Amino acid sequence: MTTIEIKTQSLEPRRHTFGNIARRYGADKSASRYDESMLDLQADVNFHYRPIWAPEYEIFDKARTKIEMADWYTLRDPRQLYYATYNIQRSQMVQGAEQQLAFVEKRGLVDTVDAGWAETVKSYLLPLRHFEWGANLNSLQITNYGWGAAVTVPTCFEAGDRLGMAQHISKIGLLFDGNSGDSLDAAKDAWMNAPEWQAMRKLVEDSLVVEDWFELFVAQNLAMDGIVYGLVHDHFDAAGIAKPGGMVVTMVTEFPKTWFAEQTRWVDAVIKGVVAESAGNAGLVSGWFADWSKKAAEAMRPVADKVLGADGAAAVAAVSAALSERAKKLGIG
Amino acid sequence: MAKKLGLKQKYQMMTRGLGWDTTYQSMDKVYPFDKFEGIKVHDWDAWEDPFRLTMDSYWKLQAEKERKLYAVIDSFAQNNGHLGISDPRYLNAVKLFIQGVSPLEYMAHRHFAHVARNIRGIGPAVAAQMQSLDELRHAQTQIHTISHYNKFFDGIHEWRHMHDRVWYLSVPKSFFDDAVTAGPFEFLTAISFSFEYLLTNLLFVPFMSGAAYNGDLATVTFGFSAQSDESRHMTLGLEVIKFLLEQDEANVPIIQRWLDKWFWRGYRLLTLVAMMMDYLLPKKIMSWQEAWEMYYEEAGGALFQDLARYGIKEPMSAAVARKEKNRLSSEAWAIFYQYTHAAAFHTWDIDEEHKAWLAEKYPETFDKLYRPRLDFWEKEAAAGRRFYNNALPQLCTVCQIPMGFTEPDDPTTICFRESEYKGEHYHFCSDGCKGIFDNEPEKYVQSWLPVHQIFQGNCGGASVEDVLKWYRMNLGADNLDFSGSPEDKFWSEWHRTASRAEAAE
Repeated sequence: MTTIEIKTQSLEPRRHTFGNIARRYGADKSASRYDESMLDLQADVNFHYRPIWAPEYEIFDKARTKIEMADWYTLRDPRQLYYATYNIQRSQMVQGAEQQLAFVEKRGLVDTVDAGWAETVKSYLLPLRHFEWGANLNSLQITNYGWGAAVTVPTCFEAGDRLGMAQHISKIGLLFDGNSGDSLDAAKDAWMNAPEWQAMRKLVEDSLVVEDWFELFVAQNLAMDGIVYGLVHDHFDAAGIAKPGGMVVTMVTEFPKTWFAEQTRWVDAVIKGVVAESAGNAGLVSGWFADWSKKAAEAMRPVADKVLGADGAAAVAAVSAALSERAKKLGIG
Repeated sequence: MAKKLGLKQKYQMMTRGLGWDTTYQSMDKVYPFDKFEGIKVHDWDAWEDPFRLTMDSYWKLQAEKERKLYAVIDSFAQNNGHLGISDPRYLNAVKLFIQGVSPLEYMAHRHFAHVARNIRGIGPAVAAQMQSLDELRHAQTQIHTISHYNKFFDGIHEWRHMHDRVWYLSVPKSFFDDAVTAGPFEFLTAISFSFEYLLTNLLFVPFMSGAAYNGDLATVTFGFSAQSDESRHMTLGLEVIKFLLEQDEANVPIIQRWLDKWFWRGYRLLTLVAMMMDYLLPKKIMSWQEAWEMYYEEAGGALFQDLARYGIKEPMSAAVARKEKNRLSSEAWAIFYQYTHAAAFHTWDIDEEHKAWLAEKYPETFDKLYRPRLDFWEKEAAAGRRFYNNALPQLCTVCQIPMGFTEPDDPTTICFRESEYKGEHYHFCSDGCKGIFDNEPEKYVQSWLPVHQIFQGNCGGASVEDVLKWYRMNLGADNLDFSGSPEDKFWSEWHRTASRAEAAE
């Protein structure tokens, strides 16, 4: 292969990156944009005042979780997202999702979905916009109380993602109800009052008052999401796929499903890093995971029963087992 | 056929109603911080969403902006864009920006997440979380933009470490620490309204215009790119204030107290900008006084007229700011000129052309009060006695600026104010700062005052050199006069290399 080379005038740089990054690299060499965007970004000393709303803590305070890390910046994001790459990736994902929704709308494909299945889908999928809103609040809380930009940058991105997921589910509702919003009102009513949703709503409300931010990370991102996404996007979806128009539902929920796969890579990396740090951390994370995953499985059981009937119990058991398997790989006993 | 939804309806359907009144846990436990300040909100639904941005639109909009911005940043680095700036002295404004402002963008990102999580109205909560993302954007894009300058210029390499330690950087740090340790509504009044709405044209705009005037293509591109974010933040600030004032009459005196405080806190922080505009920029945009008149007195005056119908008055200390406008930058420059051996940016003797500009912009004060001092220092430097002040200055307990400001009605007498609290004496630069302390002494007695900390032995040692090393300063490069600095030498060398390369073609 022939290459051409354009001559540029090169000036010898006096240094290649910021001092903190050179110290971490052990040498002054060119740094990635990801590293420069987040390493040591959070203030860690010499805070001037204590919060008048929480005087027992500093502005940022390691004591806000029982987890201990020698260096919180080892919890890197395998996606290496910073603001620019985050938004560019999400805009590409959402454009794909919009094309799918537009395709379904233009062809009137929603009307091809088996009427009974359409009602079922509305009953399990649309209340999840509130689950996503709860996840949004929890991601904000982790961003608020977390330690170190390595973790709190992606948790802020997650907050945006969860609001985006809630809004994507809302769009699916509007697709089903011809933009009247009736399906969203009904879903909210189900979230507030339907017996099969109350355990899940209680669990989400309980998560909103969790004080330890890393417990919240495990509860939301590993336990609750693991159960809910596994059930909804694998088992519930699979139950409808053979029905007339079942594929339409698969198609419009492709975005959350793809997003969740990507999110899982990051969640697993963070938890794996924390667990590998010490036996103490591993014990804490294992305890939190056991508690929240059990509760999440129990909370989704009535929803699974309603969607899958006699197969509900088996689906919940299968999702729980798969999640425990995933947790084991992360070092959670 | 499905009915068409307007933007407003679509936003409402997709966003409103996502939240719910919790019943398994009490709302007050889920939202523990939005009542203690005494602010009363009766109807969160009365909040008018000014932007109606859904996440899908946000991602697309921001992605497009980032693609364009990073194309410029890349090409700037590839083509040695730093050689195109007006004068290497300009870079000192950029140093001040990354040391003093970028860390605040990060703080804003974290605390807007706090606000978004902790106020129960979904409209402002969504606006606040988008601002949290935006502020992260600003911190990260500023780092990426300025990263190239760091490869060639001094004073940038330890911006993050310095922000938490260096004496003059405790001015911006304590400002933002003050805001985030307040309740959520005071924070919104402080940052979204007082700072973003009322004073942003005096911080963000001068830095970005300074970049434009001085050939800093990278920073100015960032500035343009951030403009639409900033407009959103300003609108949020105004909407929040109006909303709270409309919700309950009892909110009016609380907000008035916060406005009085944060106007002065913000104004004192802008001292650094005033100095940047009048002294650091080789090519000037306008004088500090002109900027103050245009952006505060005219625009702010109209705003306070508008807010009068709620019973809000202009902050009392605005009268003092008016009196100081023709001396603020010169008083600040005097402080930094004498302490530039302990600062991570350069100062220098002011040339005749620059003095003539100052005399023209400040006819009542410059020739009479400040020119003689600059002339004297210039002579001293020429005689090999460049003046550095080796005594540590007394700092104001609230704004943390060395006590170099003068009496409102007498620009030749330093202004000292004092309060006693639990048997200890606290010192202030002004009635404004003293008033802030007297309202909340238990907060400001906690201040991490750099000079006190040095004397207490918490900053690396007893000598100035020990302290500067603890700051991670490269002595003789980051600090001292511009004249004779490595940057001064490299600048000529780079240009010689560049012109040789051109000649060779």
